[in-house]
Amino acid sequence: MMKDSKDFNLVIAGVGGQGILTLANIVAEAALREGYDIKTSELHGLSQRGGPIPCHVRFGKKIYSSIVMEGQADLVVGLEPLEALRVSYYGSKERKTVFVFDTWRIVPSSILTQKEAYPSVKEIENKLNDFSSKAVCLNASEIAKKEAKSVVYTNIYLLGYCVGKKFIPLKKDSIIEGMKAVIPEKYFEMNRKIFELGMKKS
Amino acid sequence: MSLILSNKAGEKAILLGNEAIVRGALESGVGFTSTYPGTPSSEIGDTFAAVAKDAGIYFEYSTNEKVAFEAAVGAALSGIRSLVSFKQFGLNVASDSFMPAIYAGVKAGLVVIVADDPNCWSSGQSEQDSRYYARMAHVPMLEPSDPQECKDFTKLAFELSEKFKMPILIRTTTRVSHTKGIVKFGNVVKGKTKGEFDRNSIRFRSFPPQILETHRELHEKLKKMKELAERSEMSFVVNENKKAETGIITFGASFNYVMDSLNILDLDFPVLKLGITYPLPESKIKNFIKNLKTVFVVEELEDVIEEKITELAKDANPKIKIYGKDLLPVSGELNVEIVSTALMKITVTGVKNKINKINLKDHLEKFNKLKIPARKPMLCPGCPHRATFYAAKAAAGTDAIYGGDIGCYILGIFPPLETQDFIFSMGANVGVVHGMKKVSASNRKAIIFLGDSTFFHAGIPGIVNILYNKSNPLIIILDNRITAMTGHQPNPSMGKTGMGESVEEISIENVVKGLGIKNVKTVDPFNVKEMIASIREFLNNDGPSVIIAKKECRLLTMRRARKEGFKLPIFEIDQRKCKKSGVCLDQIGCPAITRENGVYKIEKDLCNGCSLCFQICPNKAIHVAKEIEKGKAK
Repeated sequence: MMKDSKDFNLVIAGVGGQGILTLANIVAEAALREGYDIKTSELHGLSQRGGPIPCHVRFGKKIYSSIVMEGQADLVVGLEPLEALRVSYYGSKERKTVFVFDTWRIVPSSILTQKEAYPSVKEIENKLNDFSSKAVCLNASEIAKKEAKSVVYTNIYLLGYCVGKKFIPLKKDSIIEGMKAVIPEKYFEMNRKIFELGMKKS
Repeated sequence: MSLILSNKAGEKAILLGNEAIVRGALESGVGFTSTYPGTPSSEIGDTFAAVAKDAGIYFEYSTNEKVAFEAAVGAALSGIRSLVSFKQFGLNVASDSFMPAIYAGVKAGLVVIVADDPNCWSSGQSEQDSRYYARMAHVPMLEPSDPQECKDFTKLAFELSEKFKMPILIRTTTRVSHTKGIVKFGNVVKGKTKGEFDRNSIRFRSFPPQILETHRELHEKLKKMKELAERSEMSFVVNENKKAETGIITFGASFNYVMDSLNILDLDFPVLKLGITYPLPESKIKNFIKNLKTVFVVEELEDVIEEKITELAKDANPKIKIYGKDLLPVSGELNVEIVSTALMKITVTGVKNKINKINLKDHLEKFNKLKIPARKPMLCPGCPHRATFYAAKAAAGTDAIYGGDIGCYILGIFPPLETQDFIFSMGANVGVVHGMKKVSASNRKAIIFLGDSTFFHAGIPGIVNILYNKSNPLIIILDNRITAMTGHQPNPSMGKTGMGESVEEISIENVVKGLGIKNVKTVDPFNVKEMIASIREFLNNDGPSVIIAKKECRLLTMRRARKEGFKLPIFEIDQRKCKKSGVCLDQIGCPAITRENGVYKIEKDLCNGCSLCFQICPNKAIHVAKEIEKGKAK
């Protein structure tokens, strides 16, 4: 066993405005409560304007780099299918990476104006299989829209699912504490509800 | 109260590198802080903006980085601990004052933060390595690796600044500024905020022969600083082993990649981690390399340290093999993949070609075969700049020159807008287009785009030059009422300071009129017809013209709509009327508009109701879907 194999590497992918940082911050705060060393990596500025903004969260006994190494992600959460595929770089069969991604597609107008095609969700799922031990595709955004009237809760539903499935090695209570630390109070109850729905789904 | 102000010494919190710098300043009794926003440094200013009032200190967003630096110097000369922060290009802007200020020195501590961006994640104009500034200006430089060091080094920089009576430069990179990690708090120290300049001190009167004396003195200071660097705990050896044959010298973000690589490859090479990177602790380095057979210098961008170590090795260990930029790229940032691959090349045993059972090369090849369609950053749905760019192209055509600049509007570089023919630095297009106009035999049409904040930052001198030296470009000032790209900071035209106080708005229209420009008009870019007509008219003027395209950043409008509860329209395409002209997508590239199997659609969740597509559809196939209080559902 390699020394670093106990470190947990999470990559969260999506498009600016999908709550990527919120998700990363919740997991980081939860890991802090369980006594882990933590590093997260985020990008701001130009890369935020509708561009892809993968965010990395690493925790373990002692963490140096904030960026997950090629093929070394344990879990990839994709808030958008194409962006999940874009970070397949971080997944591998060897690491037994798990991909959990939502089906809601945000078609980049840059590909439309250049007449490229957006791959189908099935195609994406197949391709992800090459970089993972498991790729799970969920309708989280539909549930978020139905239950909370807003797609912004997609991230929390996926989080609930991953915690329920034990894809993130943190206790549910720590995640809830993390949510309390990160989410403004007035939105907390709705987030909690969606989180529980995600857990139930698992 | 913000976490950053917590007075529980010993408490641990997760902070961004930039936030940790702020915490370090607050634990040092900083009294005066200034900035001009720029990624990856922006959150330093934004965090100060958020806490300055509660902390009882002063903060400002200055007009530009030069002014921000000068203001901090003024405060430091008056005995107030000061901190100024900017991105790498900001130091270029400030450099004219930066050089002499190092000579003159300070009374109270002055810490200057410069944030580089290897890989150009957010600053595309050059991949500048600001470490050269330390050498050129004779200023000590500290380079932290993680948020805890961001805090610790900031505190130390204040101490050093007062000990040596000179400003101290801290350099971060994107991966240091934008990494979150655990920071242990010390006590917040209430800083002094009022002080007086002593005009009897002659050392600040930079003038010969005094300045020659100061120059000599500066070299003396650096010598003493070097002695301190030799003893400093900021530079230390990990995996100390006197019998080792291979060692590594590194610092900053690269240190993290080195440590992860050693861990992954199960190697225990000694690592000399540098904290003060200028002046270098030369004896410490010589001591580290004297018994090694091989040393690997791991640094991003230029070979600044490697060059110095090569020089030191001539004396300390002439036979040593030095690896560095022969194994590492000069362009782009490093990561664990690059560093561990390089390490595998230099380990004599070469036991591993797989990392954690993965063959990196094969894995990368498999990934590259995926050919994933790019997602380029785009102007947001409803962005007023899109409407301005559309109108400019409709009026001026494809032969006109479009001078680009730095801000959200840089995204006009991409198809279909393509209205950023060249981009150098803030305000540069005013001067460049003037030169083009002066030598153009055909009196070619030219449009200069400037943001509102950019106009104040560096636009005005160029505009004065256009008037004085007589050229006639059209200047379109994209006044979206905010400094948007860097995260919505206020600027002089909006009537709010960095500390949230009200102030008289500086009217851009009055300023340009005051300069003497006769053709000046403020137009709402969402009035497409008027915008096109105005641009057309102004392009035919003999003298210079200014159009102020005034419309609030749509993200702010959306936020206000949520808060104030007013309604914004959402548009939809009537499929019976749509003749598939493609104008709505192919000419404006709005992220809310999609085309699938030849069918055009507006994504309701993304439409921000600007009406641009509605106004330009040749078949009148777009109409208001329904009135909703967008975003209020959250």
